[in-house]
Amino acid sequence: MKYTILIYETAADFAARTDERRKDAYWGAYRAYTKALADAGVMTGGAALQPSHLATTIRPHDGKQRVQDGPYAEAKEQLGGYYVIDVPDLDQALAWAARCPAASTGAVEVRPNLSM
Amino acid sequence: MTGVGDEREPREAAQLAARASYGRLVAYLARRWRDVAAAEDALGDAFVAALESWPRVGVPDKPEAWLLAVARRRLVDVARHASVQGRAAHDLAPELDRAERDPVFPDERLKLLFVCAHPAIDERARTPLMLQTVLGLDATTIASAFLVAPGTMGQRLVRAKARIRDARIGFEVPEPHELSERLGTVLEAIYAGYGTGWDDVAGADGRGHALAEEAIWLGRLVTRLLPQEPEAHGLLALMLHCEARRASRRDADGAYVPLDRQDVRLWSRSMIDEAETSLASASRSGTPGRFQLEAAIQSVHAARAVTGHTDWPAIGLLYAGLLACAPTIGARVGHAAALAEAESAQAGMEALAAIPSAAVATYQPYWALRAHLLGRLGRGGEASEAYDRAIGLSENAAVRDFLAGQARLAAGGRS
Repeated sequence: MKYTILIYETAADFAARTDERRKDAYWGAYRAYTKALADAGVMTGGAALQPSHLATTIRPHDGKQRVQDGPYAEAKEQLGGYYVIDVPDLDQALAWAARCPAASTGAVEVRPNLSM
Repeated sequence: MTGVGDEREPREAAQLAARASYGRLVAYLARRWRDVAAAEDALGDAFVAALESWPRVGVPDKPEAWLLAVARRRLVDVARHASVQGRAAHDLAPELDRAERDPVFPDERLKLLFVCAHPAIDERARTPLMLQTVLGLDATTIASAFLVAPGTMGQRLVRAKARIRDARIGFEVPEPHELSERLGTVLEAIYAGYGTGWDDVAGADGRGHALAEEAIWLGRLVTRLLPQEPEAHGLLALMLHCEARRASRRDADGAYVPLDRQDVRLWSRSMIDEAETSLASASRSGTPGRFQLEAAIQSVHAARAVTGHTDWPAIGLLYAGLLACAPTIGARVGHAAALAEAESAQAGMEALAAIPSAAVATYQPYWALRAHLLGRLGRGGEASEAYDRAIGLSENAAVRDFLAGQARLAAGGRS
């Protein structure tokens, strides 16, 4: 069963990515987490995303499409990346999600993938 | 009746009655009604009624009898509406009547614990069921503690209660010949509540923290109700020894402090004393067991507060004994750690190598110990890989930071 772990990071998390004093700890934790997923044979995909101010959003407006800079909605946490994992059940998906570094700082959402 | 007027008092009395009597009332009603869910619902209604009525008319002299009476009426009403149970309700009403007249009703929580940890109940539901029925914790709190989706936890609890009712699982203390085996499942479920993960026992304050006090409370309850059972005392001693160190597990900055670097002055003397008393009660029986051995290991660690050093050979021997009766992955990793301290890092590595790799793919303590020992052996590259694996498997930010610091030391040379 495939699940997507959606990683919602705080502004401090995004800042840590490039902060000289914190970037080693930040990337080290994600490198280790990714390695643990891969070595356990459960990881099937994923990506880290640039901060949401680099996002461009397309939405319908008065029958036309409008292109806007930035995220669709302001929120305390922004989508920072995701993993797709393949595990037998939700309990195990949650066990992996709890180990994600963002589970200690921002929020981590687990969704079952629709199988197509 | 006590005086009317102070609104806080009835509310506090109701809450006190809830905390002190919830499990006893559920156990009493559930045993007679043979339906845990119905007993809980009825009791829940009785507590709501108490919160409405006691502030107006005062706290009754016998709050528990009052609650039982309301819960009983509720059960009978519900049963009358659902005609299937009508006969049972008719049979049970007189018995519940007697209980109202004689409020010194029997304590049947032990029977309820045996029902919750019955082999016919889904193993994943046993501890949650105890926490809900004996302590009155709500399903959402329990779900978070066990890292399970709240909806899933709710379903598991509902299914478990339906099974108790439909399979008519008996509210009985097992016969002597099967008592120790059945008690084992009760004790394991309580320990699972305390937090079976090495992280928690060794120091991190994971989700287990929230339930630690409740688990110890259940552990004390079982030793009171079954004072002759050495393993019950062993479990209580084990939990108290671990709990005694809670204050020393983080430094002033919130950084993780491993057991061997903890400031022993921060350990709780009173909890250690209670643990030692409990372990002494257990050893008088002359029948060792898994929990007594684990408690004895923690007792050796606790002795460092007095002697200033850790007797690793003694710990190694106790782990060898533990492996003989409960060869879990945790015990094997603990044994390897003891060998590494008592003999050599190489001896520890050999013990780790004997554990099947499939069993440790996601077992964080294995990777943390492996990384530590590889570092001690000067195998920096392999240590670094193992540290990554351990960090990736940690749920706790403080533990991740600690391991990352250790990894840097290992990479820079021998630690």
